[in-house]
Amino acid sequence: MKRIRLTASMNAAVAVFLLVGALVFFGACSTSEAPKSNEVRINAAGATFPYPIYSKWFSVYREQHPNVAINYQAIGSGGGIRQLTSGTVDFGASDAPMTDQQLAEAKEKLGCDVLHFPTVLGGAVPTYNIPGVDATLKFTPDVLAGIYLGKVKKWNDPALTKQNPAVNLPNQDIVVVHRSDGSGTTFIWTDYLSKVSKEWETKVGRNTSVNWPVGLGGKGNQGVAGIVKQTPYSLGYVELIYAIQNSMPYGMLQNSAGHFIKADLASVTAAAAGAAANMPSDFRVSITNAPGADAYPISSFTWLLIPTRIQDPAKKDAIIGFLKWMMADGQKYDEALAYAQLPEAVVSKEMDQISKIQ
Amino acid sequence: MATIPFPEEKTTGPSFRKPQGPVKSFVRRLQTGDEIAHLITLAFAASIFLITLLLLYELWRHSALPRHRFGWAFFVTSTWDPVFENFGALPFVFGTLVTSAVSLMLALPLGVGAAIFLAELAPPRISAALSFVVELLAAIPSVILGLLGIFILVPFLREDVEPFLKATLGFLPFFQGPMYGIGMLAASMILTIMIIPFIITISREVLLAVPVDQREAALAVGATRWEATWKVVVPYAKSGIFGSVFLALARALGETMAVTMVIGNDPRISASLFAPGYTIAAVIANEFTEATGNLYLQSLIELGLVLFLVTIVINALARVLILVTTRQGTANP
Repeated sequence: MKRIRLTASMNAAVAVFLLVGALVFFGACSTSEAPKSNEVRINAAGATFPYPIYSKWFSVYREQHPNVAINYQAIGSGGGIRQLTSGTVDFGASDAPMTDQQLAEAKEKLGCDVLHFPTVLGGAVPTYNIPGVDATLKFTPDVLAGIYLGKVKKWNDPALTKQNPAVNLPNQDIVVVHRSDGSGTTFIWTDYLSKVSKEWETKVGRNTSVNWPVGLGGKGNQGVAGIVKQTPYSLGYVELIYAIQNSMPYGMLQNSAGHFIKADLASVTAAAAGAAANMPSDFRVSITNAPGADAYPISSFTWLLIPTRIQDPAKKDAIIGFLKWMMADGQKYDEALAYAQLPEAVVSKEMDQISKIQ
Repeated sequence: MATIPFPEEKTTGPSFRKPQGPVKSFVRRLQTGDEIAHLITLAFAASIFLITLLLLYELWRHSALPRHRFGWAFFVTSTWDPVFENFGALPFVFGTLVTSAVSLMLALPLGVGAAIFLAELAPPRISAALSFVVELLAAIPSVILGLLGIFILVPFLREDVEPFLKATLGFLPFFQGPMYGIGMLAASMILTIMIIPFIITISREVLLAVPVDQREAALAVGATRWEATWKVVVPYAKSGIFGSVFLALARALGETMAVTMVIGNDPRISASLFAPGYTIAAVIANEFTEATGNLYLQSLIELGLVLFLVTIVINALARVLILVTTRQGTANP
């Protein structure tokens, strides 16, 4: 008898469990928000670096245009390009321009081209931890490449002391730190090193992750910053925004005009302006080591990737509307979030490109 | 279980078998639920097996490109170069095995020792309190342990532990080279902290489950308390303790976040524990999101397959070890 009671109560429990499960399931279905009749929902995915400004833009734009909801997933540039190519999002975002091969693949799968729209600018800065040294160090391109190639090993290497005569650099090994996760910051850092050092270009190259000749890897800006902070005599690189927001010390870099520039929003915008003169029509341009007396050499655009053909007319209008707003009104939110603004010349060229969306 | 007869069924058997309309027969079957319980639990058990198979199949399917390009060389190449698309798994397999092995070496004596104390020697009140603390330790998220690793463990290793090891054991290749604090040793120690709760908790339960007769018999023939514990109770619980070690090892092989924060993420093979290294789980977590290019992406997926295989091989080896040692145990009473 006891056994039967037990199974009976067990059955009751199972039945209740199933019933509750069913209720939850159907309940969830019926309460899920029915989209408003005129609401346009747009899905986007991509780079993490511009995520703070993008989410600000999308939320402000929604306040002003209540019928447009843009949902952005910061899954990384690589993921953004993949999702755009497979057609699972309406547009993508990336810190590195798409390669010719990626564009060809996207064209094959989507049946149309993909346009690059620069949105904001970022930079990467060298940060270091040398006990007893508070001065802002000056780095030449050769020294920076030498350090990351493992050739400049000591802080008192003549190449470093020559540019920093007033600083008493110690006879200590340089502990090199880099990003371990794939990132747009690594892309522009290695893109810059490839431009200033032939050896770097042939041995290591440029990518979101590379085969580093030397160094420790930290995960994310905070990982690199953590290792640099914790390790005496170390040198790493972080995003300019991260360095500004965490008031980290960082060094000056010699630009292509020979001036030593300390990165800030103005010098990054100057790099974009310097590159705007011979900007290719598809905006796929690297602005590292850009010309211009005030240009900071490790700067980069970040891009929205928008297909030229958008089937749904409501979505098309919404995306075009957003792009126009972003270039006119949206840019004024940049400074507060420590992003560098697009130069005027680039904005007017982008406005022309909008007409290519059909 | 499905065949246990019910008393009612015997007395009123035939009338029960008669169909009495679909609803009633459903209710009847529900009430005598063994059949249903059997099917449901079978389905649950089968789903585990299916999920594993599906996982293996998907990993295999999505890693076709590097499998064809690199073949078996993938296992013995130590270059990982996303720019020139040349990929090999060796440094990651090495890092995964070394950090897991070192952490197990540290955690096994500590964990089993603590479990013996908690189960056999400590007063019940202290045992309960300490066990609660151990379970709390198991609940700490790995990212928190990673942060503690960067800010507390790593400086401690760099300033004190590594110079000491270098001074005393520096003649061994394991304790040479520059001391960053960050590296394989730091990763192994974080892993030790993460897996000890598994070993302690499970080993303690297993030791507590050893029948009192075993202890009493040992004491009755003149064994001291420690002899009874070490020579009778622990061997009796051996296979359960091994089980705890498996679980710990599985955790150590797959741990990602805490390891990647302190290991230095450098795919190079070095004998020194001071040197930075890399593990399979860490590189996948680091590079997957930004991996463009099919060969690169699929090589990362193939690394997942390699981790799967490494886990299977290690588990198989450990099972053989258990078989061998327990057979010895019964042969020599």
